[in-house]
Amino acid sequence: MIRFEPRTRASLGLVVGARLAALGAAFLLAAIPLAVAGAPVGRAFLLILQGAGGTLFALTETLTRATPLIFTGLAAAVAFRARLFNIGAEGQLYAGALAAVAAGSGAIDAPAGILVPAVLGAAALAGAALMLVPTLLKARLGVDEVVTTLLLNFVVLLFIQMMLEGPFKDPMGGGWPQSEPVLDAAILPPLVERMRLHAGLLIGVAACLVAHVVVARTVFGLQVRAVGENANAAAYAGIPILRTMLLVGALSGALAGLAGASEVAGLKGYLTADLSRGFGYAGIVVAMVAGLQPLAVIPAAILVAGVFVGADTMSRTMGVSNYIADLIVALSLLCVLVGGLFVRFRVRFA
Amino acid sequence: MSPSPLVLRIDAVTKRFGALVANDAISLDLRRGEILALLGENGAGKTTLMNILFGHYVADEGTIEVADGDGGLRPLPPGSPGAALAAGVGMVHQHFALAESLTVLENVVLGTRTAWSPSLRLSEARAKLARLMEESGLSVDPGRRVGALTVGERQRVEILKVLYRGARILVLDEPTAVLTPGEAEGLFAVLRRLVSAGLSIVFISHKLGEVTAIADRVAVLRGGRKVADQSVAGASRAELAALMVGREVAPSRRMPRAPGAPLLVLEGVSVPGPGARPGLDAVSFSVREGEIVGVAGVSGNGQGALAALVAGTGPRPRGTATIDGRPLGATPRAVMRAGVGRIPEDRHHEGVVGSLDVAENLVLETLDSPEVHRLGFLRRRVIEERARAAIQAYDIRCPGPEAPIRLLSGGNIQKVILARVLDRDPRLVLANQPTRGLDVGAAGAVHRRLLEARERGTGVLLISEDLDELLSVCDRIGVMVRGRLTAPEPVEGLTLERLGLLMAGSGEERAA
Repeated sequence: MIRFEPRTRASLGLVVGARLAALGAAFLLAAIPLAVAGAPVGRAFLLILQGAGGTLFALTETLTRATPLIFTGLAAAVAFRARLFNIGAEGQLYAGALAAVAAGSGAIDAPAGILVPAVLGAAALAGAALMLVPTLLKARLGVDEVVTTLLLNFVVLLFIQMMLEGPFKDPMGGGWPQSEPVLDAAILPPLVERMRLHAGLLIGVAACLVAHVVVARTVFGLQVRAVGENANAAAYAGIPILRTMLLVGALSGALAGLAGASEVAGLKGYLTADLSRGFGYAGIVVAMVAGLQPLAVIPAAILVAGVFVGADTMSRTMGVSNYIADLIVALSLLCVLVGGLFVRFRVRFA
Repeated sequence: MSPSPLVLRIDAVTKRFGALVANDAISLDLRRGEILALLGENGAGKTTLMNILFGHYVADEGTIEVADGDGGLRPLPPGSPGAALAAGVGMVHQHFALAESLTVLENVVLGTRTAWSPSLRLSEARAKLARLMEESGLSVDPGRRVGALTVGERQRVEILKVLYRGARILVLDEPTAVLTPGEAEGLFAVLRRLVSAGLSIVFISHKLGEVTAIADRVAVLRGGRKVADQSVAGASRAELAALMVGREVAPSRRMPRAPGAPLLVLEGVSVPGPGARPGLDAVSFSVREGEIVGVAGVSGNGQGALAALVAGTGPRPRGTATIDGRPLGATPRAVMRAGVGRIPEDRHHEGVVGSLDVAENLVLETLDSPEVHRLGFLRRRVIEERARAAIQAYDIRCPGPEAPIRLLSGGNIQKVILARVLDRDPRLVLANQPTRGLDVGAAGAVHRRLLEARERGTGVLLISEDLDELLSVCDRIGVMVRGRLTAPEPVEGLTLERLGLLMAGSGEERAA
């Protein structure tokens, strides 16, 4: 018989080891569909590895892909900490991107030193504003935020499409539903010459560092942890639940909004309705793989991005559908959740 | 009269968890028709021993023998709950294992038929269950969903489940922890009936009053060892308490002290109750400086509404409630600012945040104080120093200030809450069921702290269902019945009988 006994404490080695073992298990499981698709499994994995980090180009591509995932992953991690299940990072990302375009494509004419912060600020505000309504509904009326934030994603995407066909449509865009490009002064500068990697990565890493300090070292962070773990005890102790929840919701939305600004101002230069390749949803995986730890969001995002970028390369070379990337990411989430069980419990065979 | 035959023999059972010896060569005998109380503080090894008996754990050393149908002792295969059930050992756990969406009958039958038997044969089962209820005096409507039952009724279902499987040895783990005094009396009557029908019972408890009331024999465990095994007749409570705790337990002494000025004053306060439960109905009383006012009563008679009012978590009341002459606020922060320290009824639910460490839980109510933070950043060093001081002063047993509080025992969690409340030098302390679920040692520590606060001139409002507790520490006691509070009477003229009468609602002449 198998029995689970709760562990009183888990060493860091165990936590990290369980994560790595979970990822290994995910790849092993992904070998099955690869083999079924007729690809030589070993070579496929090698191609994924090379495609994710084998060359400078591959590496910068992985980091470029990781940039929005750092923002959305952190958005999920911060909110989930307070038991606020924000599934709406995808919508908040687009809201942020729209605000970035609105602020950056000529409405404000200023040097980069002013325009870049203005664009980022507008995106953060838009993301935060979008998250405030579900948070308020949850805190005041108990409306399930999973449902509201998830459904808002579709509302926002339709709204974006409407804007791109209407007031935001680029008259010089040859009829394509895309916005006007942002001004040169609003562009986030590239980090490596002739590569797509841009300064958004640095902003994302800085956000993780700040979030880590806030959660671990400040009164607000302690309030967030208390509200998330036991809202009754927090309320009894006089912690303002509503204010804490609203702040967390706003922060989470703002971070997801920054992901949109970073994609627009750092990578694409303009807004289209296919700006995000599910970054908002992948951010949830990143947050879970990171164990909701802000600092761990960085490696987790790079890892998930690597799987996506590597699988793209592999699929182009071998003719296997690149859906295999989604499969690997989904499998790693499931394996990490199972792995968490082994961290929290000791398994005994009796 | 020759002693009745043995039904259970536990011989030198030892169980280690790492370095901890939970059971150290414990031997126990149980005879037919006997109630054996297993007495000990939390962590003394009572539950571990019974889990070994029931096959949840495997003992490192020692054997267990159970009498079979003919009365001969047979070794019990270790580590097999199925074997324990087959041998006639049934256990009723502290936390029930019932399927809430099924009926009483279905719960009782659950697990007695194999998964692929074509029918549950419910009518047969119904007849057997009816006979069992008749014999034992346990009655529950077999057709009701378990989710709709009260805690006392659920416990009856658990016992019926065990009897249905033909148990001859019944193990009850802290069965009265969840019952009102009235329900506990009913349970005791049932247990007496069961033993007179030939059943044998092991009754796990840390409450001395129960043990002397119900058991024939008592075995005392302390620190994993059996330190006494004797007949209950002739054993005094003080003697048992000393055996259990390992030292003399001095009863908490209340020094005579003239109370000071009125502190908390309620005049005609009414609060609507939640749903059909009573709130407060024109409640008037006062707590003065340096006195402990007790509120007795069966739970669910408005104590919750009174506690919420004073803790600042309830709705705004009608009537006037003042502290120090100023209106009592309606938020936790407002009442804390007015000098109220609050010990909540449910320490896990409202008292602490389990994943936060001891130090963080200690400052949870004072996060906006400049001693706790500088510019919003926690002053971790100061906070930990304070935690270390509290751990020392309140004898909180824990690995250290950085240990998550969920790892602590209930008694130690309560000490953390006491430290948090009393270190702020409150004018008034609200203590709602402060010793519920605590062992003698921890409960004594709580009482001592409350009495010390009283010495310093603090007023204490103590809400409790434990009449012994109220009579030993309070200056005055009022009784709550259906949202009304009798005028608190000086404890000197009060007896258990008088309080019992008031609780039953016969004290309707509400003197001013």
